[in-house]
Amino acid sequence: MVTIAAIIYEPGSSIKNKTGTWRTFRPILDTNKCVKCENCYIFCPEGAIQEDENGNFKIDYDYCKGCLICMNECPVNAITKVREEK
Amino acid sequence: MCEVKVITGTSAAAEAAKLADVDVIAAYPITPQTTCVEKLAEFVANGELDAEYIKVESEHSAMSACIGAAATGARTFTATASQGLALMHEMLFIASGMRLPIVMMVANRALSAPINIWNDQQDSIAERDSGWIQIYVEDNQETLDSIIQAYKIAENEDVLLPVMVCLDGFILTHTVEPVTIPKAERVRDFLGVYEPKHAYLDPDRPITQGPVGVPDCYMETRKQVEEAMERAKKVIKEVNEEFSERFKRKYGNGLVEAYNLDKADTVLVAMGSVCGTIKYVIDELKKEGKEVGLLRIRTFRPFPKEDIKEFLKDANNIAVLDKNISLGFNKGALGIEMASILKNKKVCNYIVGLGGRDITIDNIKSIINHVEKAEDDETVWVGLKE
Amino acid sequence: MQFPREELFAPGHRGCAGCGAAIVARLLLKAAGKDTIISNATGCLEVMTTPYPETAWRVPWIHTAFENAAATASGVEAAIKALKRKRGKYKDKKINVIAIGGDGGTADIGFQSLSGAMERGHDMLYIMYDNEAYMNTGIQRSSSTPFMAATTTSPAGSKIRGEDRPKKDVAMIMAAHGIPYVATACISYPEDFMRKVKKALSIEGPKFIQVLQPCTTGWGYPPEKTIEIGRLAVETGIFPLYEIENGEFRITYKPAKRKPVKEYLKMQKRYRHLTDEDIERIQKYIDEKCKLLGL
Repeated sequence: MVTIAAIIYEPGSSIKNKTGTWRTFRPILDTNKCVKCENCYIFCPEGAIQEDENGNFKIDYDYCKGCLICMNECPVNAITKVREEK
Repeated sequence: MCEVKVITGTSAAAEAAKLADVDVIAAYPITPQTTCVEKLAEFVANGELDAEYIKVESEHSAMSACIGAAATGARTFTATASQGLALMHEMLFIASGMRLPIVMMVANRALSAPINIWNDQQDSIAERDSGWIQIYVEDNQETLDSIIQAYKIAENEDVLLPVMVCLDGFILTHTVEPVTIPKAERVRDFLGVYEPKHAYLDPDRPITQGPVGVPDCYMETRKQVEEAMERAKKVIKEVNEEFSERFKRKYGNGLVEAYNLDKADTVLVAMGSVCGTIKYVIDELKKEGKEVGLLRIRTFRPFPKEDIKEFLKDANNIAVLDKNISLGFNKGALGIEMASILKNKKVCNYIVGLGGRDITIDNIKSIINHVEKAEDDETVWVGLKE
Repeated sequence: MQFPREELFAPGHRGCAGCGAAIVARLLLKAAGKDTIISNATGCLEVMTTPYPETAWRVPWIHTAFENAAATASGVEAAIKALKRKRGKYKDKKINVIAIGGDGGTADIGFQSLSGAMERGHDMLYIMYDNEAYMNTGIQRSSSTPFMAATTTSPAGSKIRGEDRPKKDVAMIMAAHGIPYVATACISYPEDFMRKVKKALSIEGPKFIQVLQPCTTGWGYPPEKTIEIGRLAVETGIFPLYEIENGEFRITYKPAKRKPVKEYLKMQKRYRHLTDEDIERIQKYIDEKCKLLGL
C-alpha cells in the first residue's frame, strides 16, 4: 500500500537498490600499497569505500558503480581496474 | 461572555486565525485581501498572537513557506486573492498532495485581463481541481466561524487536506457587520493543538516528504486524496454540528444550506454573499404569496452531490447562479456540476456579477421569471450592457 | 582519521557513476551532522535520491517544487522557532535548516525565492550545487553556464559558438544582500568545503555557499575525472575559492601559480569546439577576473 502523500518513513532505504550491477570496470584496492590518505573514502559518490574492523579501506561492490574516481585520486596507485565479466 | 465587534470580513478572518492560535503565517499583500494580513501583522506586533510571521516576496513563496511550516508540524495560515491565488496555483496541488492542513482565506476577485480588483469567484473556481476543500461564506460571521471550523476539518486524521475559505471581495472583505467573537479558550478547547502523526520534520524521525511519485505509486496518491475528500463530507457535517452545540451558530448541514425549499417549485442555487440578496427576495415574494427556494452551496469541494439531489428532488425550475465562466463552454462551474448530477431536470445557468457587476434585486427577480418560463436548459448572462 | 565516518547519505541512489552532486550531498551531511533538515529543490539530486519508496536520505528531507527550496526552508525555519517557543518541541536542540538547489533552481527559477529568504534573515544555509546547466532535463544552459560552453540550448553552431553570456556571479549577488556568510567551494577540496559548511552553520542568520561540482554527463568527460576537473577549475582561477564573512572577503585557496585555462577546457566535450583564439579570449577574461580578486 502506498503511504499517505507517498512519504518515505524508512531513512536510507535506497540501500535496497544494489547499484553494483551498473559497473563496467571494477576497482581493486591493494591494501598493502594503501597509505590511508582517505582520498578514495571521501571522494566516492556512493560512500561505497569504508574502513573495515582492521582499519583497512574496502570497496563495497554491492554499490560501487565503477566510476573509478578512487583510482584516479589514489596518490600511490593502490587502486587498479579490471573489466567486469558479464 | 463573548464579544461583539463591528468588523470587516478580512478582520473577521484575522480574528479567526488569532483564535486558532496559528504558529506560522506567510503572506503577501493583494487587494482585497490586504487588510487581513495587516490585521494579523498588528496582532503579532502587539503580542496578541504568538506566531512567526513570514513577510514573503510573493504568493508563490507564501504557499511554499506554509507548506514547509505545515510539513514541520506547525498550524499555518495565509490569505490571498485573484492573481495571487493564480500565482500559487502550482503550490496548491503540492499542499494537498503532501496532505498538509493549511488554511487560507481567499478574498474572491476577478482574474485579469483586463485587470479588475472587484469581486467574482473565478479565482477560486479556477482552483477547483487542486485538492483543496473550498468553503464559500455568506457573511462576516460565517467567515470567522468557517476559518475556525476549517482547522478542525483540515487537521482531522480522516481528512488531512488544506482548506480555502472564500469570501466575496469588497462585498464582505470591506463591509462592516457585527461579528460575535468567541472566547479564545473556548476555541482552543474546540480545536486542540495540531499534533500531526503522518508528516513532520524532526531529526529524531528522519522521513522523506515529497519524493518522486513514480508511475507505480502516483495514481494511488491521487485516489487517496479523492477518498479523503469523500470522508471530508461527513467530517464537515460533524464539525458544523459540534460547532453549533458549542457556539450556537450553524450553517445548514455544513455542506449545503436550504432556505424555503419545502413548498418551492422554483429553486435558486448559488454560493457566497449573493445568497443574502436572494434570501431577501425570497422573503419579499413570500409576502406576495409566491414560494421560491434557495439552496446555498457552502462547500464546492467536496461537492455535495447526494445532498443536492435530495434537497432538489421536488423542484422543477432550477436556476444556478455563477460568478465565474468556463470560457468555451458558456456555463459557470456550478452550472456544469449541477447539470451533470440533475439529468432529468430543467437547469438554467445564470452568469452574474463578473468583475464586480452589481447583482440587483431586479436581477434576481428576472432570473426567477426566466427559469419559470424557460422550456429547456439555457445559459443567460445577466446584467450585460448593450 | 580526517573525515567523520557517519554516512547520512545512503548508497543505492540513482546518480550517474562519478556524480558530483552525490559528492556534494555526502560531504554536506558529513559536515552538518544528523540534526539537519534538508529542503531540496527539484533537480538531479532530488530525482536521483528519492524514487518512491526509496530514499538516500537519513536526515529529515522535504521537496516541494523547483523554484522554492529557499521559501520552503523559510517555512521550516519559522515553524521550528514557533514550535520551540510555544510548545517546547526539539528540546532546545540546534537544528540546521539547509536548502539545496542546483544552478538552475538557484540562479534562475529559484532566484526570487532565494533573494527573499536571504533578505528576510532566516537562520538557514543555502547550498547551490553548481554544475553549470540544467542537467536533469538533459543539459540546457542556465545563467550559471560559463561563456562559450556548449549545451543543448547553447550549442556550438557555425554562427553562435556556444553560450554567448558570461557566468552569472550568484555568490557576489548574495554577498550584496549583506548576509553574514557567503562562500564558494568545490568538491575537489573536501576539507575546505566541509570547513565552510561548519563555519556557516555556526553563524546565526542566512548563509550561502556555491559549490562547484563537475558533471560527467553534462560536461563530457570520463567519470573518474570528476575530482580532477574540479581541481583544475580552481587551479586555473576559473572558479576561485573564497569566503565573505561579515563583509570581509578572503581567498581561501590561492594556487601557487595559476595553470593555463586550456588544461581545464581541453578535458571537456562542452568546450571541444573552441579554437586557440577562443581559448585565448577566455584566458584573458579569467586573468582580468583573477586580478580583481587578487589571485
